[in-house]
Amino acid sequence: MDPAERQGGFELIIDSVSKSYGARRVLRDVTARVVNGQVLVIAGPNGSGKSTLVKMIARLARPTDGRVLWKLDGRPLPAADVRNAIGMVSPDLTFYDELSAIENLRFFAQVRGLSAMPEFIKSLLDRFGLGGRGDDLVGAYSSGMKQRLKYAFALMHNPPLLLLDEPTANLDERGVALVHDVIAQTRLSKCVVIATNEPEEVRLGDVVIQLGA
Amino acid sequence: MSSSNWAREALAVLVKDVRSEYRTRYAFSAVLLFAVTALAVVSFSVSPYSLDADVQAAFLWIVLFFSAMTGLPRSFVREEEARTAMSLRLTTAPEAVYMGKLLFNILLQGAVATVVVPLFLVLMDIAPAHPGLLAGATILGTLALASSSTIIAAIVSRANARGAIFAVLAFPVTLPGLSSAIRATTAALRSAVGSGSGLAAGAAGSAGTATGAAGAAGDLRALAAYSVLMIASSLLLFDFVWDD
Repeated sequence: MDPAERQGGFELIIDSVSKSYGARRVLRDVTARVVNGQVLVIAGPNGSGKSTLVKMIARLARPTDGRVLWKLDGRPLPAADVRNAIGMVSPDLTFYDELSAIENLRFFAQVRGLSAMPEFIKSLLDRFGLGGRGDDLVGAYSSGMKQRLKYAFALMHNPPLLLLDEPTANLDERGVALVHDVIAQTRLSKCVVIATNEPEEVRLGDVVIQLGA
Repeated sequence: MSSSNWAREALAVLVKDVRSEYRTRYAFSAVLLFAVTALAVVSFSVSPYSLDADVQAAFLWIVLFFSAMTGLPRSFVREEEARTAMSLRLTTAPEAVYMGKLLFNILLQGAVATVVVPLFLVLMDIAPAHPGLLAGATILGTLALASSSTIIAAIVSRANARGAIFAVLAFPVTLPGLSSAIRATTAALRSAVGSGSGLAAGAAGSAGTATGAAGAAGDLRALAAYSVLMIASSLLLFDFVWDD
């Protein structure tokens, strides 16, 4: 069965969304729909509004016109549940430099209502190549290590929607391979949204929004 | 969101802020340095004079007010400056963020008051007539300052000239609480009137003390009501303030 025809599970609907900052219109009438098992790619040159659209999908910004809908089994998700339905990796996301990676993840697990077991956090860090560095302050991390930590942060609550803005930024070859593996694993059962300019990543999309064209 | 989730999230925000503050001394050092310096200047300037209790109370609350203006906005400003606010918005219920920040500000301002009030009494050579009333006025005044400052800090944290805007916005909002705190503190500092001597002065002193105590109780109730009102209205408004 074509994933787009599925009625159950998670569904993301972007319905005629526009966004303006003052007189400057960043996005105009963007529409798309993705369900579990699909990848939505948002492509376009710098400044075309990719990150703005990702923020609206994450409920971090409001559209000027149109709406974004998050549905589970056909029913719209309440705002409080949308927060826990989203895992996000973005250059704009920052962690607390004065806390260690473990303390950061423990804090975000607590506010998400997870039990934040030390073994669980350690296994997350191990998965993203940060095992053994969990007690280091995040301020001492390289940009690549911070990017890996963002994946641990995004996936810790097993969200049905994974938002990836510039997913391979600052990563070395092994990091890029790890991210592609994460996307391949996640798309099997969840929605993935990727904002990128990388042709290799654009090809992953079941649905592609081309901005600024 | 259930109340237990809400409380747990707020507590997590508080613990995170306390841990961050312990490691960086971002707010506490600045506030304490300001408060102690201001106290020293006040005490050296007025030491030759014998001041009335209302002037002493006003000096104390001026120091506490400007200490609050220095330190309390930082809990939100820091999230914006370090660009961690987005992670917080993505993961945490707005009400929990507000309550966590409020609790942190109460702790911070409480710690400052714990240092400043005894130091003020020593430097100004004051023996409060009603130490319990002074403690009550300090605790409720601290709560009033923290409750009003927290929501204003959230409002101004994304503005450019936030320091100036914060003080300008905070003053009129804080004024009702501040004047109640000053009146209650005046009653606490004022010795059993009757500076004269004899039976008549003693009787007048007792009556004056009784009136002052009744007035101070009203001021304490006003402070408590002000804080409850600020916290309730902040909880209602915070979603709009915190969202983009």
